[in-house]
Amino acid sequence: MISIEDVSRKELEDLFLLADEMRGRRTDDLKGKIMASAFFEPSTRTRLSFESAMKRLGGEVIGFSSSEGTSIDKGESFSDTIRMLDRYSDVIVIRHRYEGAARRAAEVAEVPVINAGDGRGNHPTQAMLDLYTIWRKFGCIDGLTIGILGDLRYGRAANSFICGVSKYKVRLKLISPPPLRIRHEVRSKIGIDFEETFDLEKVLPELDVLYVTRIQKERFSDPSEYEKVKESYRITSSTLMKAKKDLVVMHPLPRVGEIDVSVDVTKHALYFDQAANGVPVRMALLKVIFGVV
Amino acid sequence: MSLIVRRIRNGTVIDHIKAGEALRVLEILDPDLLMEKVVAVVMNVKSKKMGRKDIVKVEEVELTPEQVNKIALISPRATINIIRNYQVAEKRYVKVPDRVDGIIRCNNPTCITNHPKESIRSVFLRVSEDPLIFRCYYCGSEMKREEIAKQLSR
Repeated sequence: MISIEDVSRKELEDLFLLADEMRGRRTDDLKGKIMASAFFEPSTRTRLSFESAMKRLGGEVIGFSSSEGTSIDKGESFSDTIRMLDRYSDVIVIRHRYEGAARRAAEVAEVPVINAGDGRGNHPTQAMLDLYTIWRKFGCIDGLTIGILGDLRYGRAANSFICGVSKYKVRLKLISPPPLRIRHEVRSKIGIDFEETFDLEKVLPELDVLYVTRIQKERFSDPSEYEKVKESYRITSSTLMKAKKDLVVMHPLPRVGEIDVSVDVTKHALYFDQAANGVPVRMALLKVIFGVV
Repeated sequence: MSLIVRRIRNGTVIDHIKAGEALRVLEILDPDLLMEKVVAVVMNVKSKKMGRKDIVKVEEVELTPEQVNKIALISPRATINIIRNYQVAEKRYVKVPDRVDGIIRCNNPTCITNHPKESIRSVFLRVSEDPLIFRCYYCGSEMKREEIAKQLSR
């Protein structure tokens, strides 16, 4: 599972139904299986929800949450590290700072590889849980007007969400400061019409979903470019006064100021439920990968 | 028509190179060619098809398909004539390949193929022929003809 592009709409919807079945459950479906959790880059939600998902399915988890303390620090190559994990586990979940790391791991390993985020590239399981969250909230995704706000240039969650949501018949509004607009290679993958703007006030009243993302400070090669765009948007409860009453605000988290805490107590806030959905969605995905559905 | 460069007995004539690109074509071929073989370069000659074109003649060398593919990346209209005993024995039209392995280096510094501890042969897949665009199989970054030509001629 390297990219959301590899997943069909039908496969997504089967996954959503299975995720619904998994909510709050503990099973022995993956008893005796070991998941290697190879996080070369920091993570809270993705790593812990994958680990929780595997344990709730009766499986076990090995791994690391940074390259410190591993042989990578001694100079071992990424590919050799993956070759070892391949022999110690039944599935590898990988996060890495370099784009294409998961695809490389999938070439090297014989066991399945799940991309848990590669640089600014892809984050397919985040897109799955994002789409699942919308599907649960509205009962469907087709017909909705979806705005995606923030760093669409470097954000892998935003990129994967854009690719995932464009499998549906939605009205898509991409809202970002001009330097943070989507990259050409992502733009060419969007199979539906979309509008690009940085005028949130104008498009907000039309939106059913506002998906907010953090500016990816760590991916800017030039710090002065980051300084130009940092804090260029912030959602508060006042911002949402002109929104539809059923608008939901989502965020892949962590947030660092893009959504004020005043939004948390409004009925629009869906981001904590969204993060919680990571567990049933990843349980469903692991079941599909091991063929126990 | 007067001959600017004499005919070759055996070897390869690379014709219809975009005017001004002949030196780049030579640079992306095996550097040993330049060291050991007789090489003739003709630039900016008149062409009915192209207005102006460049021609490269290399004696005693028949280009391999891989070398022909490399030429396609920077001069997609070039034609390759294999010469045997002063006659054109074979005419090969360069074809922009669907996939290029190991020739182009990804421009994205954080592509896994550029990881300092990794030794990964790059793979690029063709997105479009005109304009020429290739996409890195690993990270998805795209490279246009101009970027490829610039890199290959370094």
